[in-house]
Amino acid sequence: MKTTVGKVGAFAAALGALLLFAATARAEDEVVGLSSGDTAWVLASAALVMLMTAPGLALFYGGLVSQRNMLSTLMHSFFLLCLISVQWVAFGYSLSFASGGLVGGLDHLFFRGVGQEGAPLAPTVPHLAFAMFQGMFAVITPALITGAFAERMKFSVFVVFSLLWATIVYDPLCHWVWGGGWLGALGTLDFAGGTVVHISSGVSALVAAIVIGKRSGYPRRMFPPHSLTLTLVGGSLLWFGWFGFNGGSALASNGLAAHAFVTTHIAAATTGLAWALIEWAHRRKPTVLGAVTGAVAGLVAITPAAGFVTVPAAMIIGLGCAVVCYLGVNTLKPRLGYDDSLDVFGVHGLGGTWGALATGIFATTSVNAAGRDGLLYGNPGQLWAQFVGVAAGWGLAIVGTAAILGAIRLFTPLRVSEEQEVSGLDLTLHGEAAYNVGAGVGTERI
Amino acid sequence: MKRVECIVRPHLLDAVKAALQEAGVTGMTLTEVKGFGRQKGHTETYRGAEYRVEFLPKVKVEAVVPEELVDAAVDAILKVARTGKFGDGKIFVSALEEVVRIRTGERGEAAV
Repeated sequence: MKTTVGKVGAFAAALGALLLFAATARAEDEVVGLSSGDTAWVLASAALVMLMTAPGLALFYGGLVSQRNMLSTLMHSFFLLCLISVQWVAFGYSLSFASGGLVGGLDHLFFRGVGQEGAPLAPTVPHLAFAMFQGMFAVITPALITGAFAERMKFSVFVVFSLLWATIVYDPLCHWVWGGGWLGALGTLDFAGGTVVHISSGVSALVAAIVIGKRSGYPRRMFPPHSLTLTLVGGSLLWFGWFGFNGGSALASNGLAAHAFVTTHIAAATTGLAWALIEWAHRRKPTVLGAVTGAVAGLVAITPAAGFVTVPAAMIIGLGCAVVCYLGVNTLKPRLGYDDSLDVFGVHGLGGTWGALATGIFATTSVNAAGRDGLLYGNPGQLWAQFVGVAAGWGLAIVGTAAILGAIRLFTPLRVSEEQEVSGLDLTLHGEAAYNVGAGVGTERI
Repeated sequence: MKRVECIVRPHLLDAVKAALQEAGVTGMTLTEVKGFGRQKGHTETYRGAEYRVEFLPKVKVEAVVPEELVDAAVDAILKVARTGKFGDGKIFVSALEEVVRIRTGERGEAAV
């Protein structure tokens, strides 16, 4: 087909055929065994996790970039909410959770076979609710990576990269840990996504930052946040939404959900407090940026552990996270010189790694009988299982990200031009301005 | 007519404005600027890295005055804007070719 209309028409026809195929799958209408409490909580949690991406992460990141790149940064999160939601329903959920070896099969294309009956992995909750809840995790994970290449990546490259990454890194890793794959079988514990979400995105972010290269002027000049006010709003929304991220991962409205809710909160609070105090001692001034970053880091670290460790252990995990991530962000990055613009690796990569390993230390079946005991409870083997999970996450993230970026680079440069970078992506990539004070004055319609 | 332009510390803006008005200056224009001379900048820390910030916030006040008022205006600024430390600023006096009042079309001294 030569014309654009021809190509779009053929695409629409193929899509229509696929949707028709999916729709004819008989919707199972068994409702026996569903719990209204569990269902309500999982649905609410799905909505809370969505809020984490938009506007939580969008604002958290947006406030950290310069004013002329605000919209481009917001667009990353918002666009991915749309793109990955479609990918998830189309085939992402199937690759993650259908039965299969290294990756799930195609049983659930376009949510075929995903109906109102109980989910295989959560029988008291409708399959649709479980799949949707999981989908929100799939959305936020590639959105986290965008912080590493903020302010300099081409939009087309960002779209292709994110779509490929979601498909060949997130979906397989999700399958390995939660979808019946080999890491889950090995006994690796990941309550809500320390490995699946944070290690994968954090390590991928480091690779992406190195491959794409530093922003023009980095590290010589300062790139101060244009609105820490918005960063705080975004960070607070992330904390709020995380109650769904971790609490909802109990997949039930019960004591375990309450437990995860509490460990989540106290880890965030402990790390935020510790970060502020460390910074106060180290730099003589506690900063808003430090306090918010600390809280987010604590939330990252507790994510794999929330439903497996005691409340005091959650505070210890938070303290350890403050030390690890504070050093990662304030010492490791300037010393090694990579431009991970919004500290995705320092917070998610390192925080997730610490949290995953800490789970192997502090996990106890007294909190969650369906979990395992960790090192501190007489089972050193759990630490090994966690280490394998961490290594698998790091490995897939590094190989996948490098491969995707390397492949894209064969067709087009990854970065915008120097002139576009200096003028700002909002104007040059999106033709828009975030703050339009007096912008219409003096214009003329063509 | 002359243009009297001064760059002063932001927190002394109110004093400069009042002093100029007291000296008989009836109008002025304000711009917020950044600049440096002999005043040392300061350091800011962001994410563990320190940066030297040399351009410091200042304010520029400009007024166009009749020649007879120039000395009074300059003295007024000097009296209130001087702290004795580096960073007090500067005053520039320059000749003006033409001044026009838009409302009436008056030119020259009558327009000041």
